[in-house]
Amino acid sequence: MSEVIVVTSGKGGVGKTTTTANIGTGLAKLGKKVVMIDTDTGLRNLDVVLGLENRIVYNLVDVVEGNCRLKQAMITDKRCPQLYLLPTAQTRDKSAITPEQMIKVIDEIKNDPEGFDYIILDCPAGIEQGFQNAIAGADRALVVTTPEVSAIRDADRIVGLLDAHGLKDHEDLIVNRIRMDMVNRGEMMSIADVNDILQLNVIGAIPDDENIVVATNKGQPLVGDESMAGQAYMNVCRRITGEEVEFLDLNGKGGFFKKLSSLFKSDKR
Amino acid sequence: MSLLDLFKKKGSSDVAKDRLKLLLVSDRANCSPEVMEMIKNDIIKVISKYMVIDAEGLDIQITSTESENKNGSVPALFANIPIKDMRNSD
Repeated sequence: MSEVIVVTSGKGGVGKTTTTANIGTGLAKLGKKVVMIDTDTGLRNLDVVLGLENRIVYNLVDVVEGNCRLKQAMITDKRCPQLYLLPTAQTRDKSAITPEQMIKVIDEIKNDPEGFDYIILDCPAGIEQGFQNAIAGADRALVVTTPEVSAIRDADRIVGLLDAHGLKDHEDLIVNRIRMDMVNRGEMMSIADVNDILQLNVIGAIPDDENIVVATNKGQPLVGDESMAGQAYMNVCRRITGEEVEFLDLNGKGGFFKKLSSLFKSDKR
Repeated sequence: MSLLDLFKKKGSSDVAKDRLKLLLVSDRANCSPEVMEMIKNDIIKVISKYMVIDAEGLDIQITSTESENKNGSVPALFANIPIKDMRNSD
């Protein structure tokens, strides 16, 4: 039976789509069979982050409206044969799909004889219909936030709505874009601070890493590579599968050379 | 800024944390400004039966307080009601 995970945040721009792309890809790299569904109808981006934008023929709205079969709309990722993307329509709006239709699509994937392990839903920003569609069929939620007042406030609101939807105790927190230099100076809330405020299980702590921008430029999720963010995302994936994984030291206590080079970097300023 | 200030000064992360804690209490209590206004007017009505109060100076807000049952801070309705006279005017 597949587990349905919605990636949500309330606030826009905190890294939902990047997180969805990396977690979907990472789980597939761990040997799981994964479908990612973009539910941000009208503002789809999961396809670009994954580098699959040129492969789209049919989309989620086509499936719902009966213009094609589900399997025709599911794009396979050539780099990762276990990974599928179900994009949504770019020229429609959120009202093109209802929560009931969303559940129907998810049920069809769940009952697929191929046996998918995970269905990951990329939720749009906001708390309106797009959000309602995304959470409708979810078993579990990953709430993405950044260590900023606005993002944490919105995350708290989202958690309240997820609780009301029956997902209480099935919510985990991903703190994204952490800058340890700022945390150490006392100018950015730490993971402990965010955890203290939101009282949610922290399943991931992702550093603010310029490699994320590079990866998005190329359309290749960095999960599993040697970058800090790549390692952090892979750790999240392993925790999702139930493995206990220690948290990375985001201070980057790499080797002697790494420390040396960071010394020079700070000297230049 | 003096050297002493440097040691005394809270980092902005502490400021953010304090602001958020208060903000979330009122967010979670789901109290719109309209509801707060209604509560305020009702409080004025009730208290005015027994004493003369300064309705202009009345301040109510939702904050948090330490719970007695050791489950951390809980939301609390805080009201500051300046009394003008202990006896009702009529």
